[in-house]
Amino acid sequence: MAEAILEVRELCKDFGGLRALDHVDLEIYPEQIVALIGPNGAGKTTFFNCVTGIYEPTEGDIFVLDRKGKKRRINGYKPNKVTELGLARTFQNIRLFPNMTVLENVMIGRHTRTKSWIFGALFRDRRTKEEEKETIEVSYEILKKMRLEKFVNELASNLPYGAQRRLEIARALASEPSLLLLDEPAAGMNPQETKELEGLIEQIRDQEKIAILLIEHDMKLVMNISDVVYVMEYGRLLAKGTPQEIKEDERVIKAYLGEDHDA
Amino acid sequence: MDYFLELFFGGLTRGSIYALIALGYTMVYGIIELINFAHGEIYMIGAFTALIVAGVCSLLGLNLISILILAIIISMFYSAAYGYTVEKIAYKPLRNAPRLSPLISAIGMSIFLQNYVLLAQTSDFVPFPSLIPEFEFMEPVAHIMGSSELVIIVVTAIAMVILSLFIKFTKIGKAMRATAQDRKMALLCGVNVDRVISVTFIIGSALAALGGVLIASHIGQINFYIGFIAGIKAFTAAVLGGIGSIPGAVLGGLVLGWTESFATGYVSSDYEDVFAFCLLVIILIFRPAGILGRTNTQKV
Repeated sequence: MAEAILEVRELCKDFGGLRALDHVDLEIYPEQIVALIGPNGAGKTTFFNCVTGIYEPTEGDIFVLDRKGKKRRINGYKPNKVTELGLARTFQNIRLFPNMTVLENVMIGRHTRTKSWIFGALFRDRRTKEEEKETIEVSYEILKKMRLEKFVNELASNLPYGAQRRLEIARALASEPSLLLLDEPAAGMNPQETKELEGLIEQIRDQEKIAILLIEHDMKLVMNISDVVYVMEYGRLLAKGTPQEIKEDERVIKAYLGEDHDA
Repeated sequence: MDYFLELFFGGLTRGSIYALIALGYTMVYGIIELINFAHGEIYMIGAFTALIVAGVCSLLGLNLISILILAIIISMFYSAAYGYTVEKIAYKPLRNAPRLSPLISAIGMSIFLQNYVLLAQTSDFVPFPSLIPEFEFMEPVAHIMGSSELVIIVVTAIAMVILSLFIKFTKIGKAMRATAQDRKMALLCGVNVDRVISVTFIIGSALAALGGVLIASHIGQINFYIGFIAGIKAFTAAVLGGIGSIPGAVLGGLVLGWTESFATGYVSSDYEDVFAFCLLVIILIFRPAGILGRTNTQKV
């Protein structure tokens, strides 16, 4: 098998005396869909925050394959550097730029993929103009894929909920990531929307040829689309396996499904 | 009627300058929620730079228009460098400190810069040459509006149009808006937030310097203290319009300029500030977030 896009070894994160992540191991290979599940407070979002550079891990290593295929240790990298390397994420609670249009939101996502900066903005040379044109075209393409093209010039805050969720994914895709991290993408969606999202995630994997790591509470979604499922509890990794294995794992049923049927 | 128009254009001129300075306050506040008290000093430094440039240029025998243009460009660059440096020295190390710390740092920077100019230059008012030429076509309306007032209003308007196009359409303008709305998310989108903050300081400082050169040339004298007073007024304008809002800063500046101008003209120049600050109090009672400000209801 190819080299892992993301490889996490013995990752620990302490908040004061609380160990939120306790020696977590995880790896993701190209074009895989990996799910991270577990009861609330298990440390799933903390894990995302460590990987994307919002928190600095206390111990352990995070390795990412950069765009040239070189393995890099990214502990302590700033979020904008991590994005540049090819990781993009969405949030549990939607975090769009509410007062910008849908198109502008996606264009911001392309920030690391364009070069021009203040001098280009001041003197408007040919390269800057071409780059701007290309940014708009690519952003528009992404919006089309996410079926958002009819909202292009709408303010992001005016979009219906499901569309806002899709826009967050579109913005993340704009940075051309090799790994997309989705934090509860189906939260607050009705079964119909969840079904559509399922198709969309698979479509992203197939068309963009990227790996996807998702945190999700909707078990149907997780079991349907994941190649590998990791289960966390109290900051520790409880189990890892295919959806079928996880469904039959006694510990998981006891710790997770058994306690929290309607999660 | 002529008297009214004279006051109207006088207020517009004054208001334009307040607006130019207020833009710097409001942009910085919008992005890092800091009231940059050293901003008035940047404006003062801009005026002093222009004075030195004008002196050198007139020794070289350049004509008035080229002196004016050179003075504006050089002082804008020079002040921009100051603004950039102030941010790097006084605010960047305090980025994650409690909000009060950078505020104190800003006041310290303001006092430092004032006294630095006091020592390097003089404590007296120094005459500033009138760099704006008298246009002949303004002759018939000279009793209502002078040439320098016309130039100030036009130049300010151009600067504001350029600024709003810059913020609306360029990549870095978008990055600035994104950073203002959600700094952490902008960072996750790959925006280099430190660079955006630097650019904000640079633009704000350059605009303040532009205001400094124009008003110094209009009034005809400067000293080390002008930044403090102009800074307070521009800050008032920014709050009046709704701090953090760019059109708000412009509107606030103009409202303040007109209030002062009409109060001086119809009541007495002694009451200029009384009217200005009464207006501020009244507006803040009825619209606590300023004229165009939005009350912040988000945050999870």
